[in-house]
Amino acid sequence: MADNIKLGADAFKHVQVNTAEQEKIAAPSLTFTQDAIRRLKQNKAALISFWVLVVIAVVAIVTIWFSPADPNAQHLAYQHLPPKWGGLDIPFVNGVRKGVDLYATNHVPKGTYFLLGTDYLGRDMLSRILVGTRVSLFIAFLATFFDLTIGVFYGIISGWKGGLTDTIMQRVIEIISSVPNLVVVILMLLVFKPGLTSIILAIAMTGWVTMARLVRAQTLQLKDQEFILAARTLGESGSKIAFKHLIPNLSSTIIIQTMFTIPTAIFFEAFLSYIGIGLPAPTASLGTLLSDGQKVLQIYPSELVFPAIIIVVLMLAFNLLADGLRDAFDPRSNNR
Amino acid sequence: MVKYILKRIGFLLLTLFLVASITFFLMKLLPGTPFNNPKIPAAQQAILAKQYGLDLPLWQQYVNYMVGIVHGNFGESYQFAGQTVSYLISTRIGPSLQLGVQAMIVGTLLGILLGAIAAIRKNTWVDAVATIFAIIGRSIPNFVFAALLQFWLAYKMNLFPIALWDGFSSSILPTLALAMAPLANTARFMRTEMVDVLNSDYIELAKSKGESQWQVVAKHAMRNSMIPIVTIIGPMAVDLMLGSLVVENVFAIPGIGQQFVQSITTNDYPVIMGLTILYSVMLTVVILVVDVLYGIIDPRIRLSGEGN
Repeated sequence: MADNIKLGADAFKHVQVNTAEQEKIAAPSLTFTQDAIRRLKQNKAALISFWVLVVIAVVAIVTIWFSPADPNAQHLAYQHLPPKWGGLDIPFVNGVRKGVDLYATNHVPKGTYFLLGTDYLGRDMLSRILVGTRVSLFIAFLATFFDLTIGVFYGIISGWKGGLTDTIMQRVIEIISSVPNLVVVILMLLVFKPGLTSIILAIAMTGWVTMARLVRAQTLQLKDQEFILAARTLGESGSKIAFKHLIPNLSSTIIIQTMFTIPTAIFFEAFLSYIGIGLPAPTASLGTLLSDGQKVLQIYPSELVFPAIIIVVLMLAFNLLADGLRDAFDPRSNNR
Repeated sequence: MVKYILKRIGFLLLTLFLVASITFFLMKLLPGTPFNNPKIPAAQQAILAKQYGLDLPLWQQYVNYMVGIVHGNFGESYQFAGQTVSYLISTRIGPSLQLGVQAMIVGTLLGILLGAIAAIRKNTWVDAVATIFAIIGRSIPNFVFAALLQFWLAYKMNLFPIALWDGFSSSILPTLALAMAPLANTARFMRTEMVDVLNSDYIELAKSKGESQWQVVAKHAMRNSMIPIVTIIGPMAVDLMLGSLVVENVFAIPGIGQQFVQSITTNDYPVIMGLTILYSVMLTVVILVVDVLYGIIDPRIRLSGEGN
């Protein structure tokens, strides 16, 4: 009986595992950068910081052309006015301090409002804070620029060349970093007079040292890897290897370090202006605003609080974004 | 080790020599002296120049200055007639050192504690609060923090003296203001280190031997996590020096930070030069001591250092 059963090919099912199916990758494959951006987007604090910074930057730049008032125009009759937002009758923003409507007693014309009040020379606080923010962002931009140019190339050249070049370049870095930044600024100040130039020069001379060190250490590691050896064997020139192979592999270190340089630079400028050796009057900077505000803190706290809020928000946003970027580009640091 | 230390000391002296020389020549590059006032008759100007040694040829002034430095003599202040720079510094360095040391101790201890707690309670609300605290500590500039402390705790609540230097109680607020940055940095660093250490094999071993969590943390984890903290003492010293400039100004403390700012605004070159060199000496010495200490505490570093 058993011999009568006929089995055709169609009676069998193919049960062998399909290798193509097994190796299939369900999710789209991501490059390193895409992966990092994906991780960054999961980090709420970093994402919010990013958008906060974008908004601050846009507002600070747009108001170059649409400033609410002339930041340096003095109205001695309008000294220390409290904030007033149009006709709104809400405490703190209705122009009333200690029960007195100071806008009325100082005969401020109707329709003139100072959204954040005025300072000791009757200058519009909002416009001055905007100028100060712009200065801070400009310093941040410059610090990034020096980090990316001097810092990165110094590090790459030092690490790549090795030998005597490396030794000399590292000794120079050691000397630079054993002189306090402040001393460099003071020296620049004495030669170039207080102002943006001296601060920029000081940042150009000292700000990139950490970046150069990190890039050098990474370059030393990368230098001995096979893909670099392959590129050299195939006769690539040194500069091409640097741009095509080293910099892409250094990118995460570079981005992270840049983000940590920025808050340091912003703080440094504010610090110098605060102790009175930064930007000269009447130019506003967050540092000078804070210093002016501190003098009248006990009577008009708002003149310190507003610039303080802006500088803290800036520093906080840059720090959180830097932390987020570090976790995104270096996932190991996140899980530890 | 001895060879390494000697080499480092040699390098330190070279750095200081360069700093002193560069400072000297930059000062000399500046046009005129504070005494080139047209109102002062030429004869008096000559007397003043002679008194301050400004009539000598440049190289001789340089040699005199360098020889003076070696003997601890930084010249005479332009601003305070008859007072030597060394005297000015020596009368003012006390408060600055006290504040610096207090802030360093408070900042490091609290930072270690905060970082350790955050690491032990990793990924809980305790960790989140500690991290937020550390980030905020890093983000508030110390001059803002100092002003706010002064406003709330001294002016509004009357808990501490508002300013000036009068006994220990007046040093509390400036110390807190200065300690914020070291605290935040230490906490951050400690957390990373501690998390690393807590994941290591010897901690597993200690746990498997039945030690309580408290014993594991106190006997093994804390000690090993604290070693690398030594490396951030150098940058911390820089932070404290910068911080002292503003904090001493906010609280009107007669320290060298306040003197430095004053001298810059009054162009008192000899004092600026003296303090510049003093700051460089302090910084380089701190970095050297830290490096040597680190080699002594952690033998692995010493060995790899000698291998290079």
